[in-house]
Amino acid sequence: MKRLLLTTALALAAMPALAERIFVSNERDNTVTVLDGTSMEVLKTIETSARPRGIITSHDGKLIYVCAGDDNRLDVIDVETLEIVQQLDSGPDPELLDVDHAGNRIYIANEDDAMVTVMERDGTIITEIGVGIEPEGMAVSPDDSIVVTTSESTGMAHFIDTEKLELVANTVVDTRPRHAEYQLDGSKVWVTSEIGGIVSVLDAKGFGVDKVISFEIAGVKPELIQPVGLRFSGDGTLAFTALGPANHVAVIDVATQEVLDYILVGQRPWHIERSLDDKYIYVANGLSNDMTIIEIESREALRSVPVGRLPWGIAVAHAPEG
Amino acid sequence: MIRLALFTLLALAACISRAAARDPDFSLTIHYVSRSYEAPLPLSLLEDPVEDDGLMGARLANEENQLTGRLMNQAFALEEHVVDLDAAFPDSALDAIVGGPRFVVANLEAEDLLALADHPDAADDVILNTRAQDMQLRLSECRANVWHIAPSWQMKADGLAQYLIWKRWESWFVIHGTSADDIAYAEAFARAAEKFGGTIVETREYGFEAGSRRIESGHQQVQTQMPLASREAPEHDVLIVVDTTEAFGDYMIYRNADPRPVVGTHGLSSAAWAKAYEQFGSMSLHSAFEKLAGRRITSADYLNWLAVKTVAEPAIRQKTADVPTIAGLFLAQDFKTPGFKGIGLNFRPWNQQMRQPMLIAWERALVSMSPQEGFLHQRHTLDSLGFDQPESACQLNGDRP
Repeated sequence: MKRLLLTTALALAAMPALAERIFVSNERDNTVTVLDGTSMEVLKTIETSARPRGIITSHDGKLIYVCAGDDNRLDVIDVETLEIVQQLDSGPDPELLDVDHAGNRIYIANEDDAMVTVMERDGTIITEIGVGIEPEGMAVSPDDSIVVTTSESTGMAHFIDTEKLELVANTVVDTRPRHAEYQLDGSKVWVTSEIGGIVSVLDAKGFGVDKVISFEIAGVKPELIQPVGLRFSGDGTLAFTALGPANHVAVIDVATQEVLDYILVGQRPWHIERSLDDKYIYVANGLSNDMTIIEIESREALRSVPVGRLPWGIAVAHAPEG
Repeated sequence: MIRLALFTLLALAACISRAAARDPDFSLTIHYVSRSYEAPLPLSLLEDPVEDDGLMGARLANEENQLTGRLMNQAFALEEHVVDLDAAFPDSALDAIVGGPRFVVANLEAEDLLALADHPDAADDVILNTRAQDMQLRLSECRANVWHIAPSWQMKADGLAQYLIWKRWESWFVIHGTSADDIAYAEAFARAAEKFGGTIVETREYGFEAGSRRIESGHQQVQTQMPLASREAPEHDVLIVVDTTEAFGDYMIYRNADPRPVVGTHGLSSAAWAKAYEQFGSMSLHSAFEKLAGRRITSADYLNWLAVKTVAEPAIRQKTADVPTIAGLFLAQDFKTPGFKGIGLNFRPWNQQMRQPMLIAWERALVSMSPQEGFLHQRHTLDSLGFDQPESACQLNGDRP
């Protein structure tokens, strides 16, 4: 414990010159907690529309998009002023979203309507694409040519051609796929299956399942291992996935696809995010209402900080200068 | 909203036309079999009796299967056979569904379920029991062609009992009705008391005449009758009311002689589904169901939805409509059906009962989900609910784990 505290102190002392702000969506509170990335103090608790879940940073780092499922819209938060500056009609029950790398298009999973909404940056809806039931995971490929969505109820990953705006492949994965994430080199798509308890690694070109990664933690019942959020380390060599009621985050070697480690975090971790300096992984713990900070290099949980009730997702952005 | 609906229609139409370009890889038909049983009327005049209880759940699952099937080039169908009570059963149902083996979702009472299961024409069928909670169907009267989606009385009683013990509400006064189901459920509470360390201070049978629903100002009579029926019991922590026929359960709440909470079939209850259940993504099931049926989803709807999904899940994944193959998959080590319970649901091999958490809830809120921590089981988290393998007279499927 002492060692841990010491590490924490060192880590905090060494914390980045790149100051960042961390945004955590709190599903039950209808708020977003904003933390200062250096002090981990709460800068502001922003009241949002109802049921905020999916949360991402815009391509230029200036805005945060929040899916407010029960109000059928996106709240757009200004990173500098921490105010909601715009609300976009997202189609029914938005759960998760992603933007392309130029920041021109927003892709939204409409959970209740088995659709993906494709939107211009200004909120103009380009089209809606029918997919499986309860779409959730959403990921734009590094070259912007494909967007992947996962449908929780149907149990598939759907690949959408972003030029033709139509489905090009539907791949069956294990039960209740929650999240899709492109490997940084774009060659694979990693899909977490919450009830299946596994991560599927899909070939980004052929769309088939290349490999299935399973988990085993001493003393934890296998049925409690429920992967949800997933992120890669900044150098692309490690994957981190939050295992839900197993209360751990798994660390996976991307090259060998072997599980290297399990890190104990708070209760029922769901979505996670990497710090901008690539040193930390932030974990939203749904049941303990806090966020755990994992140091990537040591693979240790440094500490947890309280946020709102039922924290769901996390986004990070550079703090304004000065 | 109209614009949205239009888009959806266009999107679906596009899917259909693409799929129609080639024949589906397989067609899978699920037969829904039920009878026109008379459902007990709710005691309140304001509560509408539900006519299509269960069936709408099966229909919703079928629609979901069809949507998935379009993406996978697989065809799914649901054939509905609701047989009159005065028709010969199961012949009238089986005559309508010649050929086999078949998948049959059986929304049937125990006697009809066994008649169907034991019919020679149904020997190779996969029958999914979505209604009968009788314990003997999981014990001495278990059948190799019957899979239980519905939880047993024992699973429900154990789920509630675990919560009561966790609350340290350990002494229970049981009042049960006179029907066979009432007696079976009351017996299940007695076994649960023994299993988890509760004490039943008294078990009382109560034959209240149903039908007060139609009496105006019935409350005056009820107000005196309920305290009478529940008075002079030994000291207890809770009153367990077991009234499966809706004869008096609702009347007992706030009227029992001692100031003790009412649990059981009324008040705080244990079930596969609850009106107020909103956890683990289940809001999407509520809203999809309401869109289809124009009413709230019931336990029966949920169980029939779950049965149809249980067949389709492995069919979609393994790309097969073959009945014995899918039944084999039910027993696979990694078989998991998602049921909005935060845990994959699978079958106990020894009696083919679906493992599932029980929702401990009242009308407006989920209170807990059982099993409770501390009642964990050495084999499977969910096996502290219901009859465990060592105590089961039913030993199907040999030594499969």
